[in-house]
Amino acid sequence: MTRLAFVLPVAAFAALLVWFAAGLKRDPGYLPSMLIDRPAPDFDLPPIAGRERGFSTQDLKGRVSMVNIFGSWCATCAIEHPVLMEMAREGVAPIYGLNWKDKPGAGAAWLAARGDPYAAIGDDADGRVAIDFGVTGAPETFIVDAAGRVRHKHVGEITRDDWRRVLKPMIEDLKKNAQPAD
Amino acid sequence: MGRLDLSRQRPILSKIAAMTAEIGQIFLVLALLAALYQGIFPLAGAAAGDNALMQTGRTAALVQFLLLAAAFGMLTLVHATSDFTVRNVVENSHTAKPFIYKLTGVWGNHEGSMLLWALILAGYGGALAAFARAGALTARALSIQGLIAAAFLGFILFTSNPFARIFPAPADGQDLNPLLQDPGLILHPPFLYLGYVGFSIAFAFAVAGLIGGRIDEAWARAARPWALAAWTFLTIGIALGSWWAYYELGWGGFWAWDPVENASFMPWLAGTALIHTLRVLEVRGAFKAWTVLLAILAFSLSLVGTFLVRSGVLTSVHAFATDPSRGLFILLILAVFIGGALLLFALRGPALSSEAAFGAVSREGGLLINNVIMVAATTTVFIGTFYPLFIDVLSGEKLSVGAPYFNIVFLPFMAVALIIIAPASALAWKRGSISDAVKRVGPAALAGLGAVVIALWLASPRNTAAALGAGLAAWAGAGTLVEVAKRIRLREKNALARAAALPKSYVAMTLAHLGFAVVAIGVLGAGVWKSETIAYAREGDVVSVGGFAARLDSVRRIEGPNYVADRAVFSVSRGGAAMPAMTAERRFYPVRGMQTTEAAIATDLAGDLYLTVGEFNPERGWVVRAWRHPLTVWMWIGAGLIALGGLSGLGLFERRRSPAPAPAAEAAPA
Amino acid sequence: MRSLLISALLLAASAAAAIEPDEVLPDPALEARARNLSREIRCVVCQSESIDDSNAPLARDLRILIRERISAGDSDGEVRAFLVERYGDFVLLKPRMRGNTLLLWFAPIGAALTAAGAAVLFLRRKRNEVRAAPLTAEEQAALAALEERA
Repeated sequence: MTRLAFVLPVAAFAALLVWFAAGLKRDPGYLPSMLIDRPAPDFDLPPIAGRERGFSTQDLKGRVSMVNIFGSWCATCAIEHPVLMEMAREGVAPIYGLNWKDKPGAGAAWLAARGDPYAAIGDDADGRVAIDFGVTGAPETFIVDAAGRVRHKHVGEITRDDWRRVLKPMIEDLKKNAQPAD
Repeated sequence: MGRLDLSRQRPILSKIAAMTAEIGQIFLVLALLAALYQGIFPLAGAAAGDNALMQTGRTAALVQFLLLAAAFGMLTLVHATSDFTVRNVVENSHTAKPFIYKLTGVWGNHEGSMLLWALILAGYGGALAAFARAGALTARALSIQGLIAAAFLGFILFTSNPFARIFPAPADGQDLNPLLQDPGLILHPPFLYLGYVGFSIAFAFAVAGLIGGRIDEAWARAARPWALAAWTFLTIGIALGSWWAYYELGWGGFWAWDPVENASFMPWLAGTALIHTLRVLEVRGAFKAWTVLLAILAFSLSLVGTFLVRSGVLTSVHAFATDPSRGLFILLILAVFIGGALLLFALRGPALSSEAAFGAVSREGGLLINNVIMVAATTTVFIGTFYPLFIDVLSGEKLSVGAPYFNIVFLPFMAVALIIIAPASALAWKRGSISDAVKRVGPAALAGLGAVVIALWLASPRNTAAALGAGLAAWAGAGTLVEVAKRIRLREKNALARAAALPKSYVAMTLAHLGFAVVAIGVLGAGVWKSETIAYAREGDVVSVGGFAARLDSVRRIEGPNYVADRAVFSVSRGGAAMPAMTAERRFYPVRGMQTTEAAIATDLAGDLYLTVGEFNPERGWVVRAWRHPLTVWMWIGAGLIALGGLSGLGLFERRRSPAPAPAAEAAPA
Repeated sequence: MRSLLISALLLAASAAAAIEPDEVLPDPALEARARNLSREIRCVVCQSESIDDSNAPLARDLRILIRERISAGDSDGEVRAFLVERYGDFVLLKPRMRGNTLLLWFAPIGAALTAAGAAVLFLRRKRNEVRAAPLTAEEQAALAALEERA
């Protein structure tokens, strides 16, 4: 019985070692989305400066679409922007914009300088809708299916590679298997 | 400030200066060779009974230390001269950085701090070589030390080379994180490393003892000073870190249960248990196997902490920029040394037997309870720290375990410790009596009760748990003092002479236990009984908190060497009486794009007044935050007492004394 | 010289560098609840700070959100549930008691009981050892010598 007590430490350590080794492959900073396979949150956002149309949950129903979180203050969004323009040109699915925590007019000015890839833009000045989406930073992009359910969250900027290998195939797949809106 | 430009002086010197990094690298490689020698030959010598061979190990240890010191000197030199052809300097320095932070910033990053780690490890090896009694035990311990050193030097050379060059060399560097450009950086890491690297000696002794098959009083006598020294330094290191966080972070927080903080705290808890059982082993020959296990455990926790901080498995404000390949290397080191030591323990441990008998109620029993508390506490902190990782590996789910959890589960252990610490140290060796011990320190109960009453009456908000905590702390502190008073028979003549003649271990115990109680009171004050005011203020407005009134006199924009700041000056009064003016700053460091808060702190024994200035709102004014942190300074005083206790136990305050007057037949020769 | 005694908050636990004067609720009881809750909510964009301690904009948004919901009558549990729905259990610094956190919450008492139990077993064995250990040869001789003298 006491012999067991002497073996216990090294056995426990061996188990710990395995756990640590497995832990090296995990990313402690990565936070998976709570919204996957759940309906997109309810919202109805006003337009940003110079636009007439805002952006609401209704827009997400009926066809597969993307929601992109951006802000004029976000340096990485500027890096992502050209890729968004290309994606918009391809016309696979509409990209809706959530202008997150921007001062009035700042988002519009930013887009005026770079181009507007968005089908519609919502002004989320106080950040509540972003919180409802579980956003932790910009840019982030959600893929929403035709029934208005969130199916995928992409954290960080979308590269051409991300679009070609992951996002575009996912959207085409969703379009093929589209369910009629509930 | 600025660069040291040697090229103007002598061309030969400047050529050498240009190769400083390469010279440093050569020293590193040579140190690795010395460490390998130190790791192999004394062990072989001990196995063969070859004294001469064992002696060469001592030379190797000293040589390794000198070589590493030289390498470290080279790294310091390239930092001091702002040599931007060295990547480590580029990533962590800047020409405008104040000179003192050019020097101490050497260890403000992963590679440099790893070199400091190795240097201190080599320093301990050298000290062991210089001061320990020659023999097989020392030789084996030196070898284990050497192997550990070799492993880490290999880690540095292959994954974390501080001397790597960068081409093309940029014009200037990326500056050091502004939070680190602070006096705290000068002392905190070195003391911290002196602490948990120091436990490597106890570890080495444990493994050496297992190899040699002999763990006894002599072994404990050899190992204990090293464990005590490491523990003392770690106490100071943690306290410095806490103090640094307190004044630098801007709101008086001193402990956040951050994973990296826990990484330093776990070895401390295990180390506390270790120095207690080493004492029992030394005096009574008991707890052999357990002490050996603890000695292995303490340094193992240091190693696990190193893994935690540098592998990227957990996020933390303290973590260095990380790399999974480094994590794998460290994991390998862990597997070899911790796994090897524990395997040896499984094989040789059962052969260790203790002859000594003692009753459950005795000094030994009391020390056993200390161990139960410390080990359970260490396990608790360990599980809490690594739980998010465990769950992530198991199910991919993301959890957080933060300060609210740790405060709830950890404080009960400290409460129990405070209850028993005074009577337990009044118990007799071998066979004691609880009623005798409690009667001896009984008068302290009055102090405890008094503290509860005062806490309930004075402190706001009224917090019953905290008041009870205050009572326990007072009971523990007063109990320790009562025990001393009885020991030196305070009321009789020549009490002072008896005090001067107290054995060093008794003095150590008393100081450390008293310090613990004092820290507890400080933590309660600063953690629970604080008051806070947050307000907008313009020049001329007064912000009040806890009986103080601070008037914002002026806010000016000033420029520092590598930052710009808003400097606010306050005139402060307390109950109408004027106090010295206080200055707070909000600094912006352009190279890193970061801000820091430099708080204004006025300290007295009753507490701190803590003022900060924040953002400016054009319509409302400056954000001014004012706190009254009661009893804060007692945390630092208490930590100092604990450290003094450790130093006293090491014999630092010993004087040659004439034979002490025979103590009356009483409970304990300590 | 104007005297500003805005929200002299006498708070029970650690205060923050981050909370701004305009966030503070007028009702001190509600504000105290908000502060206590904030200390338990993780700033999801920071390393491991609570939203009470963090300067990040998202932390501020969450602090304001919490105050809005508390003012609207939500209980503490409902506010927590609201945040967990959006960010997962990751956002709680004090984990909920669930199946996969049972080990976490019972570990401390479990460790204490195990350690105490081991100590008790050890002491009992010690006692038996003392009773059971027969006299050594030397001790036999000494005993014999004493008996002889008697």
